[in-house]
Amino acid sequence: MIETILSNIALIIGTTLMYSTPLIYTSLGGVLSENSGVINIGLEGMMVIGAFAGAAIGYFVGDPWIAFIGAGIAGGLFGLLHAFACVTFGANQVVSGIAINFLGAGIALFLSRMFFEGATMTKSIPLDNKMPRPLNGVFPDGSLLNIIFDNQYATVYLALLMVLIIWFFMYKTKYGLRLRSVGEHPTAADTLGINVMRIRYLSVIMSGVFAGFGGAAMSLAIVSNFRPTLVSGHGFIALAAMIFGKWKPQGALLACLLFGGAQGLAVFLGQFDFEISTQLISMLPYVITIVVLIGFVGKSAAPSADGIPYEKEHKY
Amino acid sequence: MGYENVTKSLTKVIEMKNITKKFGDFVANDSVNLDVFKGKVHALLGENGAGKSTLMNILYGLYSPTSGEILINGKKVDITNPNIAIEHGIGMVHQHFMLIKPFTVAQNIILGQEPTSKMSVLNMKKALKDVKEISERYGLYVDPNAKIEDISVGMQQRVEILKALYRGAEILILDEPTAVLTPQEIVELIQIIKNLTKEGKSIILISHKLKEITDAADFCLIIRRGKHIDTVVVSETDEEGLASKMVGREVSFSVAKDDKEAGDEIFSIKDLVVKDNRDIIAVDKLNLSLKKGEILGLAGIDGNGQTELLEAITGLRKVESGEIKINGENITNKTPFQVISKKISHIPEDRQKRGLVLDFDISENAILENYYKNPFAKRGVLQYNNIKIYAKELIDKFDVRPREESKMARTLSGGNQQKVIIAREVSNDPDLLIAAQPTRGLDVGAIEFVHKALIEQRDNDKAVFLISFELDEIMNVSDRIAVIYEGKIVGIMDAKDAEVEKLGLMMAGGGNE
Repeated sequence: MIETILSNIALIIGTTLMYSTPLIYTSLGGVLSENSGVINIGLEGMMVIGAFAGAAIGYFVGDPWIAFIGAGIAGGLFGLLHAFACVTFGANQVVSGIAINFLGAGIALFLSRMFFEGATMTKSIPLDNKMPRPLNGVFPDGSLLNIIFDNQYATVYLALLMVLIIWFFMYKTKYGLRLRSVGEHPTAADTLGINVMRIRYLSVIMSGVFAGFGGAAMSLAIVSNFRPTLVSGHGFIALAAMIFGKWKPQGALLACLLFGGAQGLAVFLGQFDFEISTQLISMLPYVITIVVLIGFVGKSAAPSADGIPYEKEHKY
Repeated sequence: MGYENVTKSLTKVIEMKNITKKFGDFVANDSVNLDVFKGKVHALLGENGAGKSTLMNILYGLYSPTSGEILINGKKVDITNPNIAIEHGIGMVHQHFMLIKPFTVAQNIILGQEPTSKMSVLNMKKALKDVKEISERYGLYVDPNAKIEDISVGMQQRVEILKALYRGAEILILDEPTAVLTPQEIVELIQIIKNLTKEGKSIILISHKLKEITDAADFCLIIRRGKHIDTVVVSETDEEGLASKMVGREVSFSVAKDDKEAGDEIFSIKDLVVKDNRDIIAVDKLNLSLKKGEILGLAGIDGNGQTELLEAITGLRKVESGEIKINGENITNKTPFQVISKKISHIPEDRQKRGLVLDFDISENAILENYYKNPFAKRGVLQYNNIKIYAKELIDKFDVRPREESKMARTLSGGNQQKVIIAREVSNDPDLLIAAQPTRGLDVGAIEFVHKALIEQRDNDKAVFLISFELDEIMNVSDRIAVIYEGKIVGIMDAKDAEVEKLGLMMAGGGNE
């Protein structure tokens, strides 16, 4: 009895890690962009294009790491677009983000039809060409560790490592200090000779790169192809996780684990014969997102200059 | 002796020659000349909008001049961005502090020139040591680990000065440094300035306050509407002399005001408790009352509950407990609409945020509180003809410039924006007029106007409640003065008996209760 409970818990932990991974990458992207002062609700679109690029490159090239990096570049290009609109032209960041969400979905579908004989889905990547599973078969069969780690793809560990790296970058290096200063008070940073435009550009581009990674962590690991419904709101959940995590990488990680856990729970509960329809159960992560955003998030944690375009010769 | 003779033997560190800056057709600086000498304080005096900040922003590389040249230590330099200014030893303390609130003091000071160990990793140990070193050297004591949002405005200013010194500044530009300080902090600042000049630093002091110029400066450049008026030796002139040069006519400092017997009590606050945005008690069992025909001035340092008190009276903030009464009627926790209808008018602290709708024109702003009433609206439809006629009347009566009711509020100068607000509020014929910082950021001429308007209300037997951080204003305009400290009234006195030192002490919490 205890053994089944434990192994069920291990199963839930395993699925939590698996489902959290794409969210972690993407919300790290959000952390970078918004701490530099640019709201990025285009994460969803960047994630979609990353998922497509990962699946397509993975299928044609056969190397998951090249595919993963390609996905980052694809997301980064969309980040560049967002930066171009928001930083250079001072466009409304929310509107630009929405446009990017449409554009990401549209272009992914368009390219999919172009390269895969009119299909909206990319062709499946064979298991050998998917992301490796570093701990596959390391632990003895049936052990709890095996249940948790056996099927985890490399993207999972990389995501956790990235949280550490981004945290270190933001709070322990001078560039992190500068990035945060630009998001809090760009005029102050400017008067100290910090290049506000450059930092915002790089941050938004990196935000796209990470969202692209997030997308590829789905299409190269959790599943093995791209389809239009694959991302379906995960970019927004990642955005919510970043906000719930108070715009901090470590906070975003915990929030992503919560949302990923909800998803894992939904999957776990789905295997039983409940009198509840599975559709209701799969609503769980989205419901939790809404509840969390309504109940627990104050505006105070956001960087002061988040969402405000910076104009130089304006007024000092 | 004259400026030329006095400065003959001094070393020039900065020469700004024939600086002209145009924004489109507008000439902000019209061939202005400025020399700064080593170890001396050079003041820059002028009314708001005279072009002082523009000139300094040019020196600091934030604007580029249309024509003219800058020499530093005798060499011509092209300052195209703040980095170049910093390299040449120029540091600037901006009027609105350029500090990052969630960062610590040390982080703010090192930002942009961070000490690092390998791979750009911050070396906070060295940062703390460096900050401590310079702060001790110049007697600017700060806690390097405190967050900016937790320290006082005076402390924040020290951080700004340290920021410049950390970058090796030899020339410090202080932009309106006393605007936000208490009287005691001003004394401290002047001492700091003296310490700095003793160490050989040169200071450029931007101000429109005459007293601090006579207290701290050696020389003074006066500019009016962008034009170079004169450079004088401060010790050879006085406040009146400086003022008439600044404004271009004789000005009187004292506010003309007849004695007047106050009438019956009209407004009272009993045991008022109000919380601030962080849910902390900001107004703590406060008691206050006003009589007809008197001006009550509320003195106090920013952040001692003034804002919350005002918002509670005007219905913008919830009252936790206590009672607010006007004409015997309880108005506690009424909506702003109801408060206005009880004949309370309000000149808000932030005129751009709460006083005006910046993208409405003057006429629309003039009827913001009465738009639904006849003759401005009939059966729910605005009567623009009537609104315009009314706005024109107000513009004439209150001398708003430009005299066009269709001008957007945004395009008006600060003084004229304030006139529109005062026109609207006074025209409601209020029993109580609340004026919060009514002259903040205004120049001498506009200040005179505002003070006259307040005194006229009083002379018409109305009550006026004046809240200001400017002690001079409180002392000149009020009949009675109350001092607020940490949400409590710590003293009330007749304006005739008030002394600056005593008030300053009470404002800082050292009053005898």
